[in-house]
Amino acid sequence: MAEVTGTQILQAPTAEGAKDQHMVLNMGPQHPATHGVLRLVLEIDGEIIVRLYPEIGYLHTGIEKTCEAKFYHQVVPLTDRVNYLDPLSNNLCYCLAVEKLLGLEIPERAQWIRVLLTELSRLNSHLIWLGTHAMDIGALTVFLYTFREREDILRLFEAVAGQRMMTSYFRIGGLAMEPPLDFFARVQTFIRSLPEKIDEYSNLLTGNPIFINRLKGVGYLSAADAIALGVTGPPMRASGVDFDLRRDMPYSSYEKFQFKVPIATEGDCWARYVIRLVEMRESIKIIQQALDGMPEGLVKADAPKIVLPDREKMKTQMEALIHHFKIVTEGFAVPAGEVYQGIEAGHGQTGYYVVSDGTAKPYRVHMRYPSFATLQALETMCKGRMLADVVAVIGSIDIVLGEIDR
Amino acid sequence: MTDTLEKTLPDKAAVLAEMPDHPAVKAILAWNADALVEACFDRGELTLSIAPEAIRAAAATVQEAGYNFFEDMTAVDWFPSEPRFQLSYHILSHSFKERIRLRVMLDGADPAIDSITPVWQSAGYYEREVFDLFGVRFEGHPDLRRILMPDDWNGHPLRKDYPVEGYR
Repeated sequence: MAEVTGTQILQAPTAEGAKDQHMVLNMGPQHPATHGVLRLVLEIDGEIIVRLYPEIGYLHTGIEKTCEAKFYHQVVPLTDRVNYLDPLSNNLCYCLAVEKLLGLEIPERAQWIRVLLTELSRLNSHLIWLGTHAMDIGALTVFLYTFREREDILRLFEAVAGQRMMTSYFRIGGLAMEPPLDFFARVQTFIRSLPEKIDEYSNLLTGNPIFINRLKGVGYLSAADAIALGVTGPPMRASGVDFDLRRDMPYSSYEKFQFKVPIATEGDCWARYVIRLVEMRESIKIIQQALDGMPEGLVKADAPKIVLPDREKMKTQMEALIHHFKIVTEGFAVPAGEVYQGIEAGHGQTGYYVVSDGTAKPYRVHMRYPSFATLQALETMCKGRMLADVVAVIGSIDIVLGEIDR
Repeated sequence: MTDTLEKTLPDKAAVLAEMPDHPAVKAILAWNADALVEACFDRGELTLSIAPEAIRAAAATVQEAGYNFFEDMTAVDWFPSEPRFQLSYHILSHSFKERIRLRVMLDGADPAIDSITPVWQSAGYYEREVFDLFGVRFEGHPDLRRILMPDDWNGHPLRKDYPVEGYR
Protein backbone atom coordinates (compact mmCIF):
# COMPACT_ATOMS: atom_id res chain seq x y z
CA MET A 1 0.00 0.00 0.00
CA ALA A 2 1.60 3.26 -1.14
CA GLU A 3 1.74 5.92 1.56
CA VAL A 4 -0.01 9.15 0.69
CA THR A 5 1.41 12.40 1.97
CA GLY A 6 -0.41 15.54 3.04
CA THR A 7 0.67 17.43 -0.05
CA GLN A 8 -0.93 14.78 -2.23
CA ILE A 9 -4.29 15.25 -0.52
CA LEU A 10 -4.24 18.88 -1.57
CA GLN A 11 -3.47 17.83 -5.12
CA ALA A 12 -5.84 14.86 -5.15
CA PRO A 13 -8.14 14.54 -8.18
CA THR A 14 -11.07 16.88 -7.82
CA ALA A 15 -14.60 17.02 -9.14
CA GLU A 16 -15.11 16.86 -12.89
CA GLY A 17 -15.16 20.04 -14.92
CA ALA A 18 -13.67 23.39 -14.16
CA LYS A 19 -10.87 22.15 -11.95
CA ASP A 20 -8.59 25.11 -12.57
CA GLN A 21 -11.26 27.49 -11.30
CA HIS A 22 -11.39 25.76 -7.94
CA MET A 23 -9.27 26.82 -5.04
CA VAL A 24 -7.99 24.52 -2.31
CA LEU A 25 -8.11 26.11 1.10
CA ASN A 26 -6.64 24.77 4.28
CA MET A 27 -8.65 25.46 7.44
CA GLY A 28 -6.91 24.51 10.64
CA PRO A 29 -5.40 22.67 12.46
CA GLN A 30 -4.95 25.91 14.38
CA HIS A 31 -8.19 27.75 13.81
CA PRO A 32 -10.48 29.20 16.50
CA ALA A 33 -13.65 27.77 14.97
CA THR A 34 -12.50 24.16 14.67
CA HIS A 35 -12.96 23.41 18.40
CA GLY A 36 -9.58 21.75 18.72
CA VAL A 37 -6.95 20.66 16.28
CA LEU A 38 -9.12 19.70 13.33
CA ARG A 39 -7.80 20.35 9.85
CA LEU A 40 -10.20 20.71 6.97
CA VAL A 41 -9.03 20.69 3.38
CA LEU A 42 -11.68 22.61 1.46
CA GLU A 43 -12.06 22.81 -2.28
CA ILE A 44 -14.06 25.89 -3.11
CA ASP A 45 -15.57 27.36 -6.23
CA GLY A 46 -15.79 31.03 -5.37
CA GLU A 47 -17.33 30.76 -1.94
CA ILE A 48 -19.20 27.51 -2.58
CA ILE A 49 -17.88 24.28 -1.03
CA VAL A 50 -17.21 21.65 -3.70
CA ARG A 51 -15.36 19.16 -1.54
CA LEU A 52 -14.47 19.01 2.11
CA TYR A 53 -11.90 16.71 3.56
CA PRO A 54 -11.33 16.37 7.33
CA GLU A 55 -7.78 15.49 8.34
CA ILE A 56 -7.63 14.18 11.90
CA GLY A 57 -5.13 12.55 14.22
CA TYR A 58 -3.36 15.62 15.60
CA LEU A 59 -4.41 14.72 19.15
CA HIS A 60 -3.82 10.97 18.83
CA THR A 61 -2.22 9.71 22.03
CA GLY A 62 -2.82 5.98 21.69
CA ILE A 63 -5.08 5.76 24.74
CA GLU A 64 -6.46 2.40 23.58
CA LYS A 65 -2.92 1.01 23.54
CA THR A 66 -2.17 2.47 26.97
CA CYS A 67 -5.28 0.76 28.40
CA GLU A 68 -3.82 -2.63 27.50
CA ALA A 69 -0.90 -2.01 29.86
CA LYS A 70 -3.01 -0.91 32.87
CA PHE A 71 -5.07 -2.72 35.48
CA TYR A 72 -8.82 -2.38 35.06
CA HIS A 73 -9.08 0.28 37.79
CA GLN A 74 -6.23 2.28 36.29
CA VAL A 75 -8.10 2.72 33.01
CA VAL A 76 -10.81 4.88 34.64
CA PRO A 77 -8.68 8.07 34.80
CA LEU A 78 -7.67 7.57 31.16
CA THR A 79 -11.31 7.67 30.07
CA ASP A 80 -11.76 11.20 31.48
CA ARG A 81 -9.09 12.48 29.19
CA VAL A 82 -10.74 11.24 26.02
CA ASN A 83 -13.70 13.57 26.17
CA TYR A 84 -12.81 16.24 28.68
CA LEU A 85 -16.13 18.06 28.31
CA ASP A 86 -18.31 15.14 29.38
CA PRO A 87 -15.99 13.19 31.71
CA LEU A 88 -18.56 11.34 33.81
CA SER A 89 -20.25 9.77 30.79
CA ASN A 90 -16.92 8.22 29.81
CA ASN A 91 -16.38 6.92 33.36
CA LEU A 92 -19.89 5.49 33.33
CA CYS A 93 -19.57 3.74 30.00
CA TYR A 94 -16.27 2.08 30.87
CA CYS A 95 -17.43 1.03 34.35
CA LEU A 96 -20.68 -0.41 33.00
CA ALA A 97 -18.73 -2.42 30.42
CA VAL A 98 -16.36 -3.92 33.00
CA GLU A 99 -19.22 -4.55 35.43
CA LYS A 100 -21.01 -6.42 32.64
CA LEU A 101 -17.89 -8.54 32.11
CA LEU A 102 -17.71 -9.26 35.85
CA GLY A 103 -21.46 -9.76 36.25
CA LEU A 104 -21.38 -7.26 39.11
CA GLU A 105 -24.58 -5.83 40.63
CA ILE A 106 -24.38 -2.16 41.59
CA PRO A 107 -26.37 -0.81 44.59
CA GLU A 108 -29.37 1.27 43.60
CA ARG A 109 -28.09 4.41 45.29
CA ALA A 110 -24.88 4.29 43.27
CA GLN A 111 -26.90 3.87 40.05
CA TRP A 112 -29.08 6.88 40.86
CA ILE A 113 -26.12 9.08 41.75
CA ARG A 114 -24.55 7.98 38.47
CA VAL A 115 -27.68 9.10 36.61
CA LEU A 116 -27.72 12.41 38.45
CA LEU A 117 -24.08 13.11 37.71
CA THR A 118 -24.13 12.04 34.06
CA GLU A 119 -27.06 14.38 33.51
CA LEU A 120 -25.05 17.19 35.14
CA SER A 121 -22.23 16.17 32.83
CA ARG A 122 -24.58 16.39 29.84
CA LEU A 123 -25.62 19.87 30.95
CA ASN A 124 -21.95 20.78 31.22
CA SER A 125 -21.30 19.53 27.70
CA HIS A 126 -24.36 21.30 26.25
CA LEU A 127 -23.47 24.57 28.00
CA ILE A 128 -20.01 24.54 26.43
CA TRP A 129 -21.54 23.70 23.07
CA LEU A 130 -24.02 26.59 23.33
CA GLY A 131 -21.39 29.10 24.39
CA THR A 132 -18.85 28.19 21.71
CA HIS A 133 -21.44 27.70 18.98
CA ALA A 134 -22.94 31.15 19.59
CA MET A 135 -19.45 32.62 19.78
CA ASP A 136 -18.57 31.15 16.38
CA ILE A 137 -21.66 32.82 14.93
CA GLY A 138 -20.65 36.11 16.53
CA ALA A 139 -22.77 36.25 19.70
CA LEU A 140 -19.98 36.64 22.24
CA THR A 141 -22.16 37.38 25.26
CA VAL A 142 -23.74 33.92 25.47
CA PHE A 143 -20.31 32.39 26.00
CA LEU A 144 -19.85 34.38 29.21
CA TYR A 145 -23.32 33.42 30.43
CA THR A 146 -22.99 29.68 29.79
CA PHE A 147 -19.53 29.53 31.34
CA ARG A 148 -20.96 31.12 34.46
CA GLU A 149 -23.32 28.14 34.88
CA ARG A 150 -20.67 25.68 33.80
CA GLU A 151 -18.53 26.96 36.65
CA ASP A 152 -21.32 25.97 39.07
CA ILE A 153 -21.37 22.46 37.61
CA LEU A 154 -17.59 22.18 37.84
CA ARG A 155 -17.80 23.18 41.51
CA LEU A 156 -20.32 20.38 42.05
CA PHE A 157 -17.94 17.95 40.36
CA GLU A 158 -15.15 19.23 42.56
CA ALA A 159 -17.31 18.62 45.63
CA VAL A 160 -17.84 14.93 44.82
CA ALA A 161 -14.61 14.03 43.06
CA GLY A 162 -12.06 16.57 44.23
CA GLN A 163 -11.44 17.36 40.56
CA ARG A 164 -13.15 19.86 38.30
CA MET A 165 -12.69 18.19 34.93
CA MET A 166 -10.87 14.87 35.29
CA THR A 167 -13.39 13.46 37.73
CA SER A 168 -12.77 9.66 37.73
CA TYR A 169 -15.60 9.52 40.26
CA PHE A 170 -17.32 6.38 38.99
CA ARG A 171 -15.35 3.26 39.79
CA ILE A 172 -15.79 -0.34 38.84
CA GLY A 173 -18.36 -1.52 41.40
CA GLY A 174 -19.93 1.84 42.23
CA LEU A 175 -18.62 5.26 43.18
CA ALA A 176 -15.32 6.42 44.62
CA MET A 177 -17.04 7.55 47.82
CA GLU A 178 -20.29 8.87 49.24
CA PRO A 179 -20.94 12.48 48.09
CA PRO A 180 -20.46 15.20 50.75
CA LEU A 181 -23.37 15.93 53.10
CA ASP A 182 -24.60 19.17 51.54
CA PHE A 183 -24.13 17.94 47.97
CA PHE A 184 -27.78 17.18 47.11
CA ALA A 185 -28.88 20.52 48.56
CA ARG A 186 -26.32 22.28 46.36
CA VAL A 187 -27.52 20.40 43.29
CA GLN A 188 -31.10 21.36 44.18
CA THR A 189 -30.18 25.06 44.43
CA PHE A 190 -28.37 24.87 41.12
CA ILE A 191 -31.12 23.17 39.11
CA ARG A 192 -33.77 25.42 40.63
CA SER A 193 -32.02 28.43 39.12
CA LEU A 194 -31.10 26.80 35.81
CA PRO A 195 -34.42 26.93 33.88
CA GLU A 196 -34.50 30.72 34.01
CA LYS A 197 -30.86 30.81 32.93
CA ILE A 198 -31.81 28.72 29.88
CA ASP A 199 -34.64 31.20 29.21
CA GLU A 200 -31.97 33.88 29.35
CA TYR A 201 -29.87 32.19 26.65
CA SER A 202 -32.98 31.56 24.64
CA ASN A 203 -33.96 35.25 24.88
CA LEU A 204 -30.56 36.22 23.57
CA LEU A 205 -30.56 33.80 20.63
CA THR A 206 -33.93 32.37 19.61
CA GLY A 207 -35.34 35.67 18.37
CA ASN A 208 -32.04 37.05 17.13
CA PRO A 209 -32.31 37.61 13.35
CA ILE A 210 -28.57 37.13 12.73
CA PHE A 211 -28.54 33.86 14.66
CA ILE A 212 -31.66 32.63 12.85
CA ASN A 213 -30.26 33.50 9.43
CA ARG A 214 -26.97 31.80 10.14
CA LEU A 215 -28.63 28.56 11.30
CA LYS A 216 -31.99 28.03 9.59
CA GLY A 217 -31.73 25.81 6.54
CA VAL A 218 -27.96 25.48 6.98
CA GLY A 219 -26.17 22.14 7.20
CA TYR A 220 -29.12 19.98 6.17
CA LEU A 221 -28.84 16.26 6.92
CA SER A 222 -31.63 13.85 6.00
CA ALA A 223 -32.67 10.98 8.28
CA ALA A 224 -31.38 8.42 5.75
CA ASP A 225 -28.00 10.20 5.55
CA ALA A 226 -27.79 10.43 9.34
CA ILE A 227 -28.12 6.64 9.60
CA ALA A 228 -25.88 5.92 6.61
CA LEU A 229 -23.12 8.17 7.96
CA GLY A 230 -23.28 6.93 11.56
CA VAL A 231 -24.50 10.21 13.09
CA THR A 232 -25.88 9.80 16.63
CA GLY A 233 -27.17 11.93 19.46
CA PRO A 234 -28.77 15.37 19.04
CA PRO A 235 -27.77 15.75 15.33
CA MET A 236 -29.47 12.42 14.54
CA ARG A 237 -32.62 13.33 16.46
CA ALA A 238 -32.67 16.73 14.76
CA SER A 239 -32.91 14.82 11.47
CA GLY A 240 -36.00 12.95 12.64
CA VAL A 241 -34.57 9.63 13.82
CA ASP A 242 -36.33 8.84 17.09
CA PHE A 243 -33.74 6.91 19.08
CA ASP A 244 -32.16 7.53 22.45
CA LEU A 245 -30.25 4.80 24.29
CA ARG A 246 -31.38 6.15 27.67
CA ARG A 247 -34.99 5.41 26.75
CA ASP A 248 -34.68 2.56 24.26
CA MET A 249 -31.90 0.44 25.75
CA PRO A 250 -31.78 1.72 29.35
CA TYR A 251 -28.73 1.27 31.54
CA SER A 252 -27.92 2.31 35.12
CA SER A 253 -31.68 2.38 36.03
CA TYR A 254 -32.66 5.04 33.44
CA GLU A 255 -35.86 3.03 32.96
CA LYS A 256 -37.07 4.44 36.29
CA PHE A 257 -36.99 8.05 35.09
CA GLN A 258 -39.58 9.90 33.06
CA PHE A 259 -38.27 12.20 30.38
CA LYS A 260 -39.06 13.19 26.82
CA VAL A 261 -36.76 12.67 23.90
CA PRO A 262 -37.01 15.74 21.67
CA ILE A 263 -37.26 15.10 17.93
CA ALA A 264 -37.17 17.54 15.03
CA THR A 265 -37.47 16.83 11.33
CA GLU A 266 -35.84 19.91 9.81
CA GLY A 267 -32.34 18.40 10.00
CA ASP A 268 -30.61 21.78 9.96
CA CYS A 269 -28.39 23.62 12.44
CA TRP A 270 -31.42 25.37 13.89
CA ALA A 271 -33.12 22.07 14.71
CA ARG A 272 -29.94 20.90 16.47
CA TYR A 273 -29.92 24.12 18.50
CA VAL A 274 -33.58 23.72 19.52
CA ILE A 275 -33.15 20.03 20.39
CA ARG A 276 -30.19 20.63 22.67
CA LEU A 277 -32.02 23.38 24.53
CA VAL A 278 -34.96 21.01 25.13
CA GLU A 279 -32.54 18.27 26.18
CA MET A 280 -31.10 20.58 28.80
CA ARG A 281 -34.55 21.14 30.26
CA GLU A 282 -35.22 17.37 30.22
CA SER A 283 -31.91 16.76 32.01
CA ILE A 284 -33.04 19.13 34.76
CA LYS A 285 -36.22 17.04 35.13
CA ILE A 286 -34.18 13.83 35.42
CA ILE A 287 -31.92 15.39 38.05
CA GLN A 288 -35.00 16.56 39.99
CA GLN A 289 -36.44 13.02 39.92
CA ALA A 290 -33.11 11.62 41.07
CA LEU A 291 -33.00 14.08 43.97
CA ASP A 292 -36.59 13.37 44.97
CA GLY A 293 -36.35 9.59 44.88
CA MET A 294 -32.72 9.08 45.89
CA PRO A 295 -32.59 5.63 47.55
CA GLU A 296 -30.63 5.04 50.72
CA GLY A 297 -27.90 2.47 50.95
CA LEU A 298 -24.34 1.86 49.95
CA VAL A 299 -22.54 3.41 46.99
CA LYS A 300 -20.21 0.47 46.43
CA ALA A 301 -20.96 -3.12 45.50
CA ASP A 302 -20.23 -5.83 48.03
CA ALA A 303 -17.24 -7.26 46.21
CA PRO A 304 -14.15 -6.94 48.42
CA LYS A 305 -11.81 -8.41 45.81
CA ILE A 306 -12.81 -5.78 43.24
CA VAL A 307 -13.88 -2.62 45.08
CA LEU A 308 -11.29 -0.74 47.13
CA PRO A 309 -12.19 -0.82 50.86
CA ASP A 310 -13.06 2.26 52.90
CA ARG A 311 -10.17 4.09 54.49
CA GLU A 312 -11.65 3.48 57.93
CA LYS A 313 -11.93 -0.28 57.40
CA MET A 314 -8.42 -0.43 56.03
CA LYS A 315 -7.05 0.99 59.24
CA THR A 316 -9.04 -1.32 61.49
CA GLN A 317 -9.48 -4.60 59.63
CA MET A 318 -6.71 -6.91 58.47
CA GLU A 319 -8.87 -8.37 55.67
CA ALA A 320 -9.58 -4.98 54.19
CA LEU A 321 -5.90 -4.07 54.26
CA ILE A 322 -4.99 -7.29 52.43
CA HIS A 323 -7.67 -6.70 49.79
CA HIS A 324 -6.50 -3.13 49.29
CA PHE A 325 -2.91 -4.28 48.88
CA LYS A 326 -3.90 -6.99 46.41
CA ILE A 327 -6.13 -4.74 44.28
CA VAL A 328 -3.52 -2.00 44.08
CA THR A 329 -0.50 -4.20 43.40
CA GLU A 330 -1.89 -6.96 41.22
CA GLY A 331 -5.39 -5.83 40.21
CA PHE A 332 -8.18 -8.35 39.88
CA ALA A 333 -8.76 -11.00 37.24
CA VAL A 334 -11.77 -10.57 34.98
CA PRO A 335 -13.43 -13.65 33.40
CA ALA A 336 -12.56 -14.03 29.73
CA GLY A 337 -15.07 -12.66 27.27
CA GLU A 338 -16.05 -9.59 25.32
CA VAL A 339 -18.73 -6.97 25.92
CA TYR A 340 -19.95 -3.87 24.20
CA GLN A 341 -21.65 -1.24 26.32
CA GLY A 342 -23.31 1.76 24.71
CA ILE A 343 -24.59 4.84 26.50
CA GLU A 344 -26.14 8.11 25.40
CA ALA A 345 -23.51 10.74 26.17
CA GLY A 346 -23.90 14.47 25.59
CA HIS A 347 -22.59 14.28 22.04
CA GLY A 348 -24.23 11.02 20.99
CA GLN A 349 -23.75 7.31 21.43
CA THR A 350 -20.57 6.41 23.25
CA GLY A 351 -19.59 2.75 23.34
CA TYR A 352 -16.87 0.76 25.03
CA TYR A 353 -15.83 -2.61 23.66
CA VAL A 354 -13.79 -4.42 26.28
CA VAL A 355 -12.16 -7.79 25.64
CA SER A 356 -10.77 -9.80 28.54
CA ASP A 357 -8.44 -12.78 28.32
CA GLY A 358 -8.92 -13.67 31.97
CA THR A 359 -5.99 -11.64 33.33
CA ALA A 360 -5.89 -8.46 35.44
CA LYS A 361 -5.33 -6.18 32.44
CA PRO A 362 -7.83 -5.60 29.64
CA TYR A 363 -6.76 -7.40 26.46
CA ARG A 364 -8.35 -4.74 24.30
CA VAL A 365 -10.35 -1.61 25.02
CA HIS A 366 -11.99 0.04 22.05
CA MET A 367 -13.82 3.32 22.43
CA ARG A 368 -16.61 4.25 20.08
CA TYR A 369 -17.06 7.98 20.30
CA PRO A 370 -19.86 9.86 18.57
CA SER A 371 -17.78 12.74 17.18
CA PHE A 372 -15.61 10.36 15.15
CA ALA A 373 -18.58 9.09 13.16
CA THR A 374 -20.38 12.43 13.04
CA LEU A 375 -17.36 14.04 11.39
CA GLN A 376 -17.91 11.80 8.37
CA ALA A 377 -21.20 13.60 7.76
CA LEU A 378 -19.58 17.06 7.66
CA GLU A 379 -19.00 16.98 3.91
CA THR A 380 -22.61 16.01 3.21
CA MET A 381 -23.84 18.87 5.38
CA CYS A 382 -21.54 21.50 3.85
CA LYS A 383 -21.47 20.57 0.16
CA GLY A 384 -22.90 23.30 -2.05
CA ARG A 385 -23.09 25.76 0.84
CA MET A 386 -21.07 28.89 1.51
CA LEU A 387 -17.66 28.78 3.15
CA ALA A 388 -18.91 30.69 6.21
CA ASP A 389 -21.53 27.99 6.85
CA VAL A 390 -18.80 25.46 7.63
CA VAL A 391 -18.16 27.27 10.89
CA ALA A 392 -21.85 27.14 11.81
CA VAL A 393 -22.10 23.44 10.93
CA ILE A 394 -19.00 22.45 12.91
CA GLY A 395 -20.46 24.28 15.89
CA SER A 396 -23.84 22.62 15.50
CA ILE A 397 -22.58 19.00 15.37
CA ASP A 398 -20.63 19.66 18.58
CA ILE A 399 -17.43 17.68 18.07
CA VAL A 400 -14.64 17.17 20.56
CA LEU A 401 -11.30 16.45 18.97
CA GLY A 402 -10.05 14.56 22.01
CA GLU A 403 -12.60 11.84 21.43
CA ILE A 404 -12.07 11.77 17.66
CA ASP A 405 -8.32 11.22 17.89
CA ARG A 406 -8.16 9.35 21.24
CA MET B 1 -35.46 -12.52 23.66
CA THR B 2 -35.63 -11.29 27.24
CA ASP B 3 -36.08 -14.76 28.71
CA THR B 4 -32.76 -15.92 27.29
CA LEU B 5 -30.93 -12.84 28.53
CA GLU B 6 -29.41 -14.47 31.58
CA LYS B 7 -28.40 -17.65 29.80
CA THR B 8 -25.09 -18.40 28.16
CA LEU B 9 -25.25 -20.28 24.88
CA PRO B 10 -21.69 -21.36 24.18
CA ASP B 11 -21.83 -22.55 20.57
CA LYS B 12 -23.68 -22.51 17.27
CA ALA B 13 -25.79 -25.58 18.00
CA ALA B 14 -27.09 -24.09 21.26
CA VAL B 15 -27.84 -20.72 19.65
CA LEU B 16 -29.69 -22.35 16.75
CA ALA B 17 -31.66 -24.51 19.17
CA GLU B 18 -32.58 -21.72 21.62
CA MET B 19 -32.93 -18.68 19.38
CA PRO B 20 -34.18 -19.91 15.99
CA ASP B 21 -36.59 -16.97 15.74
CA HIS B 22 -34.02 -14.27 16.35
CA PRO B 23 -34.34 -11.97 13.30
CA ALA B 24 -30.60 -11.83 12.56
CA VAL B 25 -30.04 -15.58 12.99
CA LYS B 26 -33.08 -16.32 10.85
CA ALA B 27 -32.00 -13.94 8.08
CA ILE B 28 -28.45 -15.31 7.95
CA LEU B 29 -29.67 -18.93 7.86
CA ALA B 30 -32.17 -18.14 5.13
CA TRP B 31 -29.48 -16.44 3.08
CA ASN B 32 -26.54 -18.82 3.46
CA ALA B 33 -26.27 -21.22 6.39
CA ASP B 34 -22.66 -22.08 5.51
CA ALA B 35 -21.50 -18.50 6.05
CA LEU B 36 -22.39 -18.76 9.74
CA VAL B 37 -19.25 -20.39 11.09
CA GLU B 38 -19.96 -20.12 14.81
CA ALA B 39 -22.32 -18.33 17.16
CA CYS B 40 -22.58 -17.63 20.85
CA PHE B 41 -24.76 -15.76 23.27
CA ASP B 42 -22.94 -14.44 26.30
CA ARG B 43 -23.74 -11.68 28.84
CA GLY B 44 -26.83 -10.74 26.87
CA GLU B 45 -24.91 -10.20 23.63
CA LEU B 46 -25.31 -12.26 20.49
CA THR B 47 -22.16 -12.91 18.47
CA LEU B 48 -22.34 -14.37 14.96
CA SER B 49 -19.06 -15.51 13.44
CA ILE B 50 -19.07 -15.06 9.69
CA ALA B 51 -16.74 -16.57 7.08
CA PRO B 52 -14.32 -13.78 5.98
CA GLU B 53 -15.26 -13.87 2.29
CA ALA B 54 -18.97 -13.50 3.12
CA ILE B 55 -18.83 -10.42 5.35
CA ARG B 56 -20.17 -7.87 2.88
CA ALA B 57 -23.15 -10.02 1.94
CA ALA B 58 -23.74 -10.88 5.61
CA ALA B 59 -23.76 -7.17 6.48
CA ALA B 60 -26.28 -6.55 3.72
CA THR B 61 -28.39 -9.46 5.00
CA VAL B 62 -28.61 -8.22 8.59
CA GLN B 63 -29.27 -4.70 7.33
CA GLU B 64 -32.18 -6.11 5.35
CA ALA B 65 -33.38 -7.95 8.49
CA GLY B 66 -33.77 -4.68 10.41
CA TYR B 67 -30.32 -4.07 11.89
CA ASN B 68 -30.17 -0.68 10.31
CA PHE B 69 -27.44 1.18 12.18
CA PHE B 70 -23.73 0.44 11.95
CA GLU B 71 -22.45 1.45 15.36
CA ASP B 72 -18.86 0.35 15.67
CA MET B 73 -16.14 -1.80 14.15
CA THR B 74 -12.74 -2.68 15.48
CA ALA B 75 -10.14 -5.42 15.60
CA VAL B 76 -8.48 -7.54 18.28
CA ASP B 77 -5.00 -8.95 17.75
CA TRP B 78 -4.67 -12.48 19.18
CA PHE B 79 -0.93 -12.68 18.41
CA PRO B 80 0.78 -15.19 18.41
CA SER B 81 -2.18 -17.57 17.85
CA GLU B 82 -3.74 -18.08 14.43
CA PRO B 83 -6.08 -16.89 12.96
CA ARG B 84 -4.58 -13.73 14.37
CA PHE B 85 -7.01 -10.87 13.79
CA GLN B 86 -10.56 -10.74 15.03
CA LEU B 87 -12.81 -8.08 13.51
CA SER B 88 -15.89 -7.18 15.56
CA TYR B 89 -18.74 -5.31 13.90
CA HIS B 90 -21.42 -3.94 16.22
CA ILE B 91 -24.73 -3.44 14.49
CA LEU B 92 -27.67 -1.78 16.18
CA SER B 93 -31.33 -2.10 15.35
CA HIS B 94 -33.46 0.96 16.00
CA SER B 95 -36.67 -1.06 15.71
CA PHE B 96 -35.71 -4.15 17.78
CA LYS B 97 -33.73 -1.96 20.22
CA GLU B 98 -31.01 -4.54 20.18
CA ARG B 99 -27.41 -4.95 19.13
CA ILE B 100 -25.62 -7.86 17.47
CA ARG B 101 -21.97 -8.51 16.90
CA LEU B 102 -20.58 -9.94 13.67
CA ARG B 103 -17.19 -11.50 14.14
CA VAL B 104 -14.65 -12.41 11.48
CA MET B 105 -11.32 -14.13 12.05
CA LEU B 106 -8.41 -13.33 9.71
CA ASP B 107 -4.99 -14.91 9.25
CA GLY B 108 -1.95 -12.92 10.29
CA ALA B 109 -0.17 -13.09 6.93
CA ASP B 110 -1.35 -10.24 4.71
CA PRO B 111 -4.78 -9.79 6.37
CA ALA B 112 -7.39 -8.49 3.94
CA ILE B 113 -11.18 -8.49 3.80
CA ASP B 114 -13.96 -6.91 1.77
CA SER B 115 -14.93 -3.43 2.88
CA ILE B 116 -18.52 -3.03 4.02
CA THR B 117 -18.67 0.63 2.95
CA PRO B 118 -21.06 -0.23 0.08
CA VAL B 119 -23.53 -1.37 2.77
CA TRP B 120 -22.82 1.26 5.44
CA GLN B 121 -20.94 4.34 4.36
CA SER B 122 -20.24 5.09 8.03
CA ALA B 123 -17.85 2.13 8.20
CA GLY B 124 -15.39 4.22 6.17
CA TYR B 125 -13.59 5.89 9.07
CA TYR B 126 -13.66 2.72 11.17
CA GLU B 127 -12.04 0.64 8.44
CA ARG B 128 -9.42 3.32 7.93
CA GLU B 129 -8.72 3.20 11.66
CA VAL B 130 -8.29 -0.59 11.66
CA PHE B 131 -6.09 -0.32 8.57
CA ASP B 132 -3.98 2.32 10.29
CA LEU B 133 -3.63 0.70 13.71
CA PHE B 134 -3.73 -3.03 12.81
CA GLY B 135 -2.66 -3.17 9.17
CA VAL B 136 -5.75 -5.00 7.89
CA ARG B 137 -6.55 -4.08 4.28
CA PHE B 138 -10.14 -3.49 3.20
CA GLU B 139 -10.79 -4.33 -0.46
CA GLY B 140 -13.05 -1.88 -2.21
CA HIS B 141 -12.68 0.90 0.38
CA PRO B 142 -12.93 4.25 -1.46
CA ASP B 143 -10.12 5.96 0.45
CA LEU B 144 -7.94 3.55 2.42
CA ARG B 145 -5.25 5.70 4.02
CA ARG B 146 -3.91 6.15 7.52
CA ILE B 147 -6.30 8.19 9.62
CA LEU B 148 -4.81 8.75 13.08
CA MET B 149 -1.09 8.13 12.68
CA PRO B 150 1.15 10.31 10.46
CA ASP B 151 1.20 9.31 6.77
CA ASP B 152 4.87 8.27 6.90
CA TRP B 153 4.56 6.11 10.04
CA ASN B 154 6.05 2.62 10.04
CA GLY B 155 4.18 -0.24 11.68
CA HIS B 156 0.74 -0.61 13.19
CA PRO B 157 0.60 0.48 16.85
CA LEU B 158 -2.29 -1.62 18.16
CA ARG B 159 -0.72 -4.91 17.11
CA LYS B 160 0.41 -6.91 20.11
CA ASP B 161 3.98 -7.21 18.82
CA TYR B 162 4.28 -3.43 18.83
CA PRO B 163 5.66 -2.22 22.20
CA VAL B 164 3.70 0.15 24.42
CA GLU B 165 6.77 2.27 25.09
CA GLY B 166 10.40 2.49 24.03
CA TYR B 167 11.90 1.80 20.61
CA ARG B 168 10.50 -0.54 18.05
